[in-house]
Amino acid sequence: MAALWTLSLLLSACLFWPACLALTPPAELPQPHNLPPSLGFNSSDGSLSVDLPMALRVFSVDYHHVQAPFEIVLWIMLASLAKLGFHWSGRVPAVVPESCLLIMVGLLVGGVIYGVRHSAPPTLSADAFFLFLLPPIVLDAGYFLPGKLFFENLGTILWYAVLGTLWNVLGIGLSLYGVCLLAPSSLGDISLLHCLLFGSLIAAVDPVAVLSVFQEMHVNDQLHILVFGESLLNDAVTVVLYKLFESFLRLPSVSGLDVLLGGCRVLVVGLGGLFVGLFFGLVAALTSRFTSRAQVIAPLFVFLYSYLSYLTSEMLHLSGIMAIVTCAVTMKQYVEANVSERSKTSIQYFLKMWSSVSETLIFIFLGVSTIQDVHMWSWSFVCSTLLLCLIWRATGVLLLTAVVNKLRRNTVTFRDQFIIAYGGLRGAICFSLVFLIDDFPKKRLFITTTIVVILFTVFVQGMTIKPLVELLDVKRKKRALPTVSEEIHSRLIDHLLAGIEDVVGYWGQHYWKDKFEQFNKKYLRRFLIRDDHQAPSSILRVYQELERRDQRGDEEAPPLVDTRSDSRPLLPEEMDSIRRILSRNLQNFNNKQTRAYSRHTLHQDATMDRTRKPLHRHQSLGERYTFNTQGEDGEFSGSRRGRAGLSRSHTVCSMSPRPVLQDSSVPGATSQTRGLVDPKSSAARKEQISPQHQAPVGRTPKKQLSFVSESEKQQ
Amino acid sequence: MGFNGTSPLLDQRGELRPEDFGAIRELSMNPIGDRIISAFFSPGKETVDFASFVRILAHFHPTETSRSRDGVQPEPANSRTRKLKFAFQLYDQDRDGKISREELLQVLRTMLEMQVTEEQLQSIAERAIQEADLDQDDAISFDEFRKSLEKVDIDHKMSIRFLS
Repeated sequence: MAALWTLSLLLSACLFWPACLALTPPAELPQPHNLPPSLGFNSSDGSLSVDLPMALRVFSVDYHHVQAPFEIVLWIMLASLAKLGFHWSGRVPAVVPESCLLIMVGLLVGGVIYGVRHSAPPTLSADAFFLFLLPPIVLDAGYFLPGKLFFENLGTILWYAVLGTLWNVLGIGLSLYGVCLLAPSSLGDISLLHCLLFGSLIAAVDPVAVLSVFQEMHVNDQLHILVFGESLLNDAVTVVLYKLFESFLRLPSVSGLDVLLGGCRVLVVGLGGLFVGLFFGLVAALTSRFTSRAQVIAPLFVFLYSYLSYLTSEMLHLSGIMAIVTCAVTMKQYVEANVSERSKTSIQYFLKMWSSVSETLIFIFLGVSTIQDVHMWSWSFVCSTLLLCLIWRATGVLLLTAVVNKLRRNTVTFRDQFIIAYGGLRGAICFSLVFLIDDFPKKRLFITTTIVVILFTVFVQGMTIKPLVELLDVKRKKRALPTVSEEIHSRLIDHLLAGIEDVVGYWGQHYWKDKFEQFNKKYLRRFLIRDDHQAPSSILRVYQELERRDQRGDEEAPPLVDTRSDSRPLLPEEMDSIRRILSRNLQNFNNKQTRAYSRHTLHQDATMDRTRKPLHRHQSLGERYTFNTQGEDGEFSGSRRGRAGLSRSHTVCSMSPRPVLQDSSVPGATSQTRGLVDPKSSAARKEQISPQHQAPVGRTPKKQLSFVSESEKQQ
Repeated sequence: MGFNGTSPLLDQRGELRPEDFGAIRELSMNPIGDRIISAFFSPGKETVDFASFVRILAHFHPTETSRSRDGVQPEPANSRTRKLKFAFQLYDQDRDGKISREELLQVLRTMLEMQVTEEQLQSIAERAIQEADLDQDDAISFDEFRKSLEKVDIDHKMSIRFLS
């Protein structure tokens, strides 16, 4: 309890310090509200000091010197303490999402400042928002994006993002114009273009708000990725449409050609952002390859390159959000393979920390900025906007899903559709965009309406979505970690599906995934990753831990007695590493450069020296199951080279230091001849083949599968 | 590629042989490629005709949950159980109805070709059997297999929308 009181004292101190400073009469006039006000206080007095004429000042306070950073830190401190406070406040966080609470704190602070200063508190400047507050959140979202799920649903997400946003923008814009026409007295001077402009900024779903609300909800992964992916990708459309309508407003007249050019711009903006992000992601991956000697600064590169990609695309008027997300997704796997474990942890922690601070600040400033003098209210406009937002989003989702369900494997159910429609929260992006509009008489009305819509969606929709999810019994996220057997079987099925797709010649998801992974393995990973051996070491560590625990567990209780199904759950890291091994090998099976751990060597491991290096993967394991021995070095080559460009993959024999190379190579060869046959007959085969040990090297051993006839033909 | 393009001998025989499957490049790179191929052939037979081929592929048709079922109708090929049975048989090469430890190890080795040592493989296999094996016979029967996959959406995973 005492701790809680100290916390609240600190909080109020943070609140009142700026207010007290503001009590002193400002040195400059407050700026007019139409210009984007700057973050923090812009007018504050000079220094306070003990005034002793002609004497040395023993104690002086020079606030002016540190004003800007001091205030920034205070705001961040306020945000963080508020966040801390909520998590200690008992049952409140369970009911009210964090974003709502933060906005309320912001409202409180804004009210206090207004009451003390009798003028508007500082508002969120659009520049500060777009350049400093938004990138960390989007970077965090992109870095932790579940890649597999995202790409599986990419078509649907793009469908919702592009077409859905277009539908919403045009719908809201045009119907608002209709409303304005119906009430010419108060709203008559809002033109069609203004309505469309307003529609474009109000229609966009905001990733920040969506993230903060959905994070606490734990809906099933597919639903989450659909809503979240849409909120990320619709940035391209929103940015283009906003800028388009804005430039239309400045033009004397609009022609059809301009509209067409606008359409092209969407493509350019989206793809341009993508390519900028790709470029920086690859460069970041390459840079991380060389960080082994300066590991401490390795995390910095992740942030620098991502931010650079964001700024570059903003400079080129491309979609910054798409750039930063692409950059994060691209560089993630290579960076994580290149940097040390600690750097990886640092990266993750810093990302989470910055995005959390950013998000908190955004919501608090949303609250603070609400308290302003600029409001202009119009019941018809505000209410109709609210209503139209909801209606158009609902119809949009319904229509689009009806079409897309025909093409998807996994249909989007009605409940999911409802959540998608209801979960379209607006947030700070709309707010900043509305401030950037060129001034016109009704701009203040737009600002007010935007604030009302944001507050409505965050409060009403944000608070009610959780009980609705439970009420509608939407499929939730599976909480339990998969078991090892589940993981193994799932991987087997993935391989199986890939194989079946090959048989049928169907270029489905598995085919393209395979193709990408082959390309990845062959070129990208070799170029961008320093040393592929690094990864197994940590896994080896975990496995040794696993075995140690197993042994300890066996000592404590005999395995037959306790129920096996819930004996000692796997640690998440162990599970993670098992999963990583299995999934990496889904991608690995094409690589002929890898030194394959052939199962055949296992039978010899017991007899042979364990220190020898593992065998290279035999090329003909993938071919027509025949091969010839050649020459003294025991090199094998397939009789039919289906693949080109193989250099060293033929060496099947072990690189054992033993002098008896020939003999050891032949068992290697002969064991390779065995295919995936039943274990019972493998023992029999072993004896059958062992007479070949003495056979001359020139003999052609065969790989025998269950189709015996085929190999016998070639004998 | 499809059935009819796989082999020039097809028109004469109307049947597929294992080497025809072997001609598929990507399939040969698949770690369980040869198991998949052998799954098409009934045990002992060396050829598969078109009807059997299609019957195997029918396992991968998306499951239609809306189809009404009466008890008389035989279970469709693409039901969840049949899909799982197909996957089960990829492990169970000797068709004794159980996945023994050795069979599991074999599959694990092909999937994890290079990354792990034998001990780790053994411990993974041990873990998998421990988790799934309820009657503690050190092997995974089909029911145990099915139970261990109850949380996985098999209908979605094992479907290809090409047969609609």
